[in-house]
Amino acid sequence: MINRRTGWARALTLVAAVSLAGLVLAACGGEYTQSALEPRSDFARSLDDLFRLIFWWAAAVFVVVEGALLFTIIRFRDRPGAEKPKPVHGNTALEIAWTLAPAIVLMLIAIPTIKTIWIVDQPPPGDPLVVEAIGHQWWWEFRYPEQGIVTANELHLPVDRTVDIRLTSADVIHSFWIPRLGGKRDAMPGHETFVWFKPDSVGTYTGQCAEFCGMAHALMKMELVVEEQADFDSWAESMSTPVVLPAPADSADEAARLLAAGSLAFQQGGCIACHRIAGTPAQGVLGPDLTHIGSRRTIAAGILENTPQEMARWIRDPQAIKPGVLMPSMGLSEEQIQTIVAYLQGLE
Amino acid sequence: MNQTLAARSPEVGASQTESTHSLYGGGLWSWITTVDHKRIGVLYGVSALFFLLVGGLEALLIRLQLASPNNTLIGPDLYNQLFTMHATTMVFLAIMPLSAAFFNFIVPLQIGARDVAFPRLNAFSFWAFLLGGLFMNASFFFGGAPDAGWFGYANLTSTQYSPGVRVDFWILGLAVLGISSIVAALNFIVTIINLRAPGMRFMRMPLFTWMTLITSFLLVLAFPAITVGLVLLLFDRNFGTLFFNPAAGGDVLLWQHLFWIFGHPEVYILLLPSLGIVSEVIPTFSRKPLFGYPFVVFSGMLIAFMGFGVWAHHMFSVGLGPIGNSVFSAATMLIAIPTGVKIFNWIATLWGGTIRFRTPLYFAVGFVSMFIIGGLSGVMHASAPSDLQQTDTYFIVAHIHYVLFGGVAFGLFAGIYYWFPKVTGRLMSETLGKIHFWLMLISFNVTFFPQHFLGLGGMPRRVFTYSEGMGFDTLNLVSTVGSLFMGLAMIVFVINMVRSLRKGAPAGADPWEAPTLEWSIPSPPVHYNYQAIPTVNSRDPLWHEGGVSLPDADGEPHMPDPSFYPFVLALGVVTLAIGALTTLAVVFVGLLLVLIGVYGWAFEPGEH
Amino acid sequence: MTTQTATGLPSRKLAMWTFIGSECILFGSLIITYLVYRGRSVVGPYPDELLNIPFITVTTFVLLMSSLMMVLALAAVQHGDLKWAKVWLLLTAAFGVIFLAGQAYEFTHFYHEGLGLSTNLFGGSFFLLTGFHGAHVAVGVIWLMSLFGMAVGGRLTSADAETVEVAGLYWHFVDVVWIVLFTVIYLLV
Repeated sequence: MINRRTGWARALTLVAAVSLAGLVLAACGGEYTQSALEPRSDFARSLDDLFRLIFWWAAAVFVVVEGALLFTIIRFRDRPGAEKPKPVHGNTALEIAWTLAPAIVLMLIAIPTIKTIWIVDQPPPGDPLVVEAIGHQWWWEFRYPEQGIVTANELHLPVDRTVDIRLTSADVIHSFWIPRLGGKRDAMPGHETFVWFKPDSVGTYTGQCAEFCGMAHALMKMELVVEEQADFDSWAESMSTPVVLPAPADSADEAARLLAAGSLAFQQGGCIACHRIAGTPAQGVLGPDLTHIGSRRTIAAGILENTPQEMARWIRDPQAIKPGVLMPSMGLSEEQIQTIVAYLQGLE
Repeated sequence: MNQTLAARSPEVGASQTESTHSLYGGGLWSWITTVDHKRIGVLYGVSALFFLLVGGLEALLIRLQLASPNNTLIGPDLYNQLFTMHATTMVFLAIMPLSAAFFNFIVPLQIGARDVAFPRLNAFSFWAFLLGGLFMNASFFFGGAPDAGWFGYANLTSTQYSPGVRVDFWILGLAVLGISSIVAALNFIVTIINLRAPGMRFMRMPLFTWMTLITSFLLVLAFPAITVGLVLLLFDRNFGTLFFNPAAGGDVLLWQHLFWIFGHPEVYILLLPSLGIVSEVIPTFSRKPLFGYPFVVFSGMLIAFMGFGVWAHHMFSVGLGPIGNSVFSAATMLIAIPTGVKIFNWIATLWGGTIRFRTPLYFAVGFVSMFIIGGLSGVMHASAPSDLQQTDTYFIVAHIHYVLFGGVAFGLFAGIYYWFPKVTGRLMSETLGKIHFWLMLISFNVTFFPQHFLGLGGMPRRVFTYSEGMGFDTLNLVSTVGSLFMGLAMIVFVINMVRSLRKGAPAGADPWEAPTLEWSIPSPPVHYNYQAIPTVNSRDPLWHEGGVSLPDADGEPHMPDPSFYPFVLALGVVTLAIGALTTLAVVFVGLLLVLIGVYGWAFEPGEH
Repeated sequence: MTTQTATGLPSRKLAMWTFIGSECILFGSLIITYLVYRGRSVVGPYPDELLNIPFITVTTFVLLMSSLMMVLALAAVQHGDLKWAKVWLLLTAAFGVIFLAGQAYEFTHFYHEGLGLSTNLFGGSFFLLTGFHGAHVAVGVIWLMSLFGMAVGGRLTSADAETVEVAGLYWHFVDVVWIVLFTVIYLLV
């Protein structure tokens, strides 16, 4: 019997109200753009299935055990005139029962767990598309050896084809994670790891480094574009050949002149020490490959939209946007920056 | 209860009141040279609470930075120092020493001993801990605090990626703390095994003493692994070895294995003392003996034993291969069984009792209910594939705080409220205690429950900021607001302690009508605890007629003299660490102090 | 403090046994590190070019003999035969010093052959593992010499047999560790 006026009843009401408020807040927590609970690949779906199975078992256990605890402390609270409790020391049958019960539940979780492990941790079946992903402080390098493509921070994949991502790192440990396509896999120096999945929905997905990798770890993001095979093919086609810029035929061709000036400023301003642009003297390897930078959706490892204004802001003072970034402010004039931006934006 | 009260022999608690005031008397010198386990326990407790506040302030700064997207309150440089030091401080400088405070003060009393087996070694453990903790925190003022995470993954910790002395501070600080912990654990193993009063058989030992013994074994066996990791790292950074240099064939995963072979038992080092406290508090306030005593004891051993076989569940994302992942998934799930057994036995202890709702019980029940949540989310990432979505996200941040705050910290609060009267002779305020509890319980859940959603929503941990429009804004703000209320709850707690210290109601020897031996002597105890060593005839000696018998005795037993050398030795060890960061001259000063400490100690008159 | 304990086992002995348990994990971790990096050095000199097994077999024998001396020292102390206790303690320490001298010779020889801490993984893991052991031997020698000093000063009597026994436990453990290291480093090349 619960006396409505006890502190306990009031306290319980309070707890219930707070929990309810918490749930409401959770519901209006907003749309998660990189939720782990909206799988868009076979890999992500198998993890999601497993998570949901465990979640419901956990929820059931939670209700039973917390319920038993609450019932017990309310039912057996000290009341005026309460008798001295019987000194019960234990009950072996009970002990066996509550050892076996969790063991059975855990077995029901362990079996699908191990089944899933033996799928996702094996090399991929069939003839997957191979992509090499290399972690750098603080950006991602992507290489498509079959297609001869080198790019950064923006991964393109065809829908409904398995991709085998081979991971390694150029410096410290990073972790490759695009939540809607599946779980994490670490990219480590001196090791090659892999993760594979078959994207099943066209769309653009975000991801980011999930292993603490130093100062700008929070700003090491990436985007994945999953597209129809034909779109992927044409992307791959254009990516695998260097951009040929129109030569300034005459000094009246203002646009072409600007591009040429930008190309020159890119070389003379020191950018080529770290960046590569295929088909030009720029062959640096420390920073992201910029061959088709104009076609990318974002810059600075997924943290800025790729617009001329943002790119100029980035080149002017990278440290202000991404503290710790290895790209220095090159001390370029505003005119040089504008021509370089025009040039890079032209590299589509 | 009249019967049990009557069972107490009248001589208990009556005679020894006159000399109690001297226990905490004396000046600074008497505290530096003390070898009394109770005074050392108080020193541990006060220092740990200080570091708890430091770590809490670090946490509040972290939460303030994350309150809104793209916040610029704290840059990434300071943020990375803060989250590294928050974890390091809470684990090594707050929770472990707070447990050590209870080991020190309570365990000798519970087993009917006059002190620990090696009182001076005990003093050394404390001073090494305190000076080591101050040394590590001094880094904030000398070029910045460690900033590579409390787990310090290689090769981010190499000189190439972490130049300067920040990581060296971390290595040397942890090494000193490791020495302190191993020495303290050796002391408690010997104390518990060898100094039990006559009749105090192993299966009559109070649960808190049992968990102390098991924790001590974990400490002794787990710390050497990280010590080796730290030495390898120290040599890599300072003497050019190549252990974690991939270009020279070094393997960055070796660090992870060494760290987590230590790191997972460390989780149980943090947890088991609280399990012990709760196993004392629940029977006392239910007025029933602990249900299934042997099962609770053996499940504690099993948890500790299995804790050494699950370290790689912290490494599922490295790709250990199907065999490794299957084995470590299954082993990790197995640990849930003995953990569940403990929870069921606590509930069964409450069942059929007449439960008195005093503050210690609030916190003990709070512990059980929050720990269940932490345990269940633990099963979610025991499953390796499921964990791939959870590891290194805020889901894990939520999980560890449900285990280490909702669990361990609530257990330690239960212990503080429970034993405060024994330590000080005064009761803490029940009103403030209950305000503290409810405020803490609610704000804790407001802070950490939303982090489950953030993690599943794709928010990685250890990020100094996040972008707008990713769905993280609202719940991060909620979490920050919750954390501020947790700060408020801590203020209530501190006020309660300070007030009760001066104005609390006198406790008497046994304010809770508790069953264990420490309640048979005055609060606070005299410096020699027991005038005559009691004989124990029961598992709950104060609850049974003749459960304990005290032989007659006259005069004060001889107790060990105060000693200055433990402090000198600890100072020498820390000076060596400072020397390693500065010049050879300081190293020699440190060596000299160590030599003076060791030889002064060995040839101190009055001892062997 | 009472000398009688709940188990009947002297506290200092129990402490030493527990400490030895802890040390097993310490050396175990170092040995695993050495084994993990065996054959992974990317530049020489490599172990098979440097390790001098006959020489180390001799110093190993010396260290093993020191354990025998330690047994005799303890027996002498227990029997109150302080004259011989002094002799055996000194011999134990002296054999330890010979072992350390051998190690010093080996280290300098390797160094002249081009193996430093930072040369390759073998250099780092070899010097660290054997160096850790050497440091333990050195601590043991200092401990034994202190006991010898006490004996000379007449402050070591048969009542202190336990003190010598604890030192002996440590010394035997350090010797046993060396047998493992000898096997792992020199015999498994």
